[in-house]
Amino acid sequence: MSARHSLRLATLAASLLFAVGVHADTVLLNASYDVARDLYKDFNPAFQKAWQAKTGEKVEIKQSHGGSSKQVRAVADGLEADVVTMNQATDVDFLADKGLVAKDYHKKFPTNASPYTSTMVFIVRKGNPKAIKDWSDLIKSGVQVIVPHPKNTGNGRYTYLAAWGYALKQPGGNDKSAQDFVGKLLKNAPLFGTGGRDATTTFMQRRLGDVLVTFESEAELIAKEFGRGDFEVVYPSVSILTEFPVAVVDKVVDKKGTRKQAQAYLEYLWSKEGQEIIAENYLRPRDAEVLKKHAAQFPAIKTFTVDETFGGWGKAFKAHFVDGGSFDQIYSVK
Amino acid sequence: MSRSPSRSVLPGFGLSLGYTLVYLSLLVLIPLAGLLVKSASLSLADIWAIATGPRALASFRVTFGASFAAACINAFFGLIVAWVLVRYDFWGKRFIDALVDLPFALPTAVAGITLATLYAETGVIGEWFAKAGVKIAYTPLGIVVALTFIGLPFVVRTLQPVLEDIEPEVEEAAASLGASRWQTFRRVLFPAIFPALLTGFTLAFSRAVGEYGSVIFIAGNMPLISEITPLLIISKLEQYDFVGATALASVMLVISFVMLLAINVLQWWASNRHRSGTAKAAPQGGAQ
Repeated sequence: MSARHSLRLATLAASLLFAVGVHADTVLLNASYDVARDLYKDFNPAFQKAWQAKTGEKVEIKQSHGGSSKQVRAVADGLEADVVTMNQATDVDFLADKGLVAKDYHKKFPTNASPYTSTMVFIVRKGNPKAIKDWSDLIKSGVQVIVPHPKNTGNGRYTYLAAWGYALKQPGGNDKSAQDFVGKLLKNAPLFGTGGRDATTTFMQRRLGDVLVTFESEAELIAKEFGRGDFEVVYPSVSILTEFPVAVVDKVVDKKGTRKQAQAYLEYLWSKEGQEIIAENYLRPRDAEVLKKHAAQFPAIKTFTVDETFGGWGKAFKAHFVDGGSFDQIYSVK
Repeated sequence: MSRSPSRSVLPGFGLSLGYTLVYLSLLVLIPLAGLLVKSASLSLADIWAIATGPRALASFRVTFGASFAAACINAFFGLIVAWVLVRYDFWGKRFIDALVDLPFALPTAVAGITLATLYAETGVIGEWFAKAGVKIAYTPLGIVVALTFIGLPFVVRTLQPVLEDIEPEVEEAAASLGASRWQTFRRVLFPAIFPALLTGFTLAFSRAVGEYGSVIFIAGNMPLISEITPLLIISKLEQYDFVGATALASVMLVISFVMLLAINVLQWWASNRHRSGTAKAAPQGGAQ
């Protein structure tokens, strides 16, 4: 039958096309957090070019984005990601506990395996009508603070720890005074966003609240989305340094034989070009030179790390965000 | 049904029952059993502690309370919508009929974000309520709004065919025998549609209990005030507490199942009661 004949031809043609279309020697999968989309859209082609120039090999990079803990659960359940690029150490720690990445993953790359940093800043309405300058202004009565859920979202957890750390650093500050302070701040929150972007939408589009606490890198995205004339960025006296750990997933690269490429891919984040792309995406580069070049965009701000102030993410998590931790206590003492 | 299957007119009972059981097992029972097995690594005391924590209890109240309220609203207004769509012909009826299904087709997150924008104090609808001093978005009321939205089609779609089956002549007969409009509705129409209404209510309710996507954007997610149980389950997953999450999910499942069973019994009783007037004398077949 001619029909069958043409069907066979079509199948052949399709498979040929497919074979031509997928012409990469190696395919890497990068499992990443939600808002890293734009960064890797810029970074991946740069790496591909550099890698091909160096080795002659074509690498294809696939991205998978989602809530960071959802992503690591997927990797733990068998999503074959060669590398993970996350926004909280806890997520990579989870994979380390499962034996998927090295226990000392943060030593495998420079600067604590975090190729860039950011910090928590305030977004206020144009003209700063409530005169918000520092964390202490967020607990005043009549100030509405918009934050994502402090217990369930990375963005919210950083905000929580930043406020806690600020209170600790006040004269006579201790855990009790810090808990009081954070409790007062959360009382000024009319709602908890489901994530960073949801909080942004609530603040900018629905015009709720007087101040939004979010990553410094979000401010620029807000400007792109909603225009510059509508808000101001306020840098508090001190804030938390947010790190974004990356790791090679040993189990996957050993199985696929992609260790060399995966390692090079992550290392390239620390290259001059990688750091430049990072700065262009409003994340603070680790490279001093690149940082200096973009100094206008990254005002100096005093920061503390989770490791210094809380003894690492593991400890911070247990103290504050597990059931019965300090967050739950704030809400059980009514 | 009061018929015993051995005397059923239709052949193939054994085969179809077997098929039904296999199908239900694969799709429903095995996954749910897996859930229970996973939470079985906890002792009953642990599960009890998880389920009776202040935030968990508050979330049960919010979830089941808001779902119940939304299902009640849907039962009432869904009945009116179904009635209008079945009994009257008007311009644009097909369009409105298609609109009813929209909450089914819309991704829940889209529904949630849209509703939150509309009902926020700055939103098109929310600002009118705000003037009256009523906040909707980011309060439990917002949760009811979202759950009402996603539950509406259930009631309308279960009622429509039943209403179509009731001939207008029945009402005319009632009227000619001297019944008032209200009596006709209460004595003639309502008993006939009540089982279907209950089914629609049940579907809307159980769908609402498990709803997550459309709710979290409008709920506000405040602990002890507007956190729904599915959010607490997600929260446990975010802490890598899989066992705690499944335990909470199992508790939710058991509560839902008991409620559905109770509603089903009520339904069975209602349809029997309705039928008993007309079909009481159906011969009982089968050897006991």
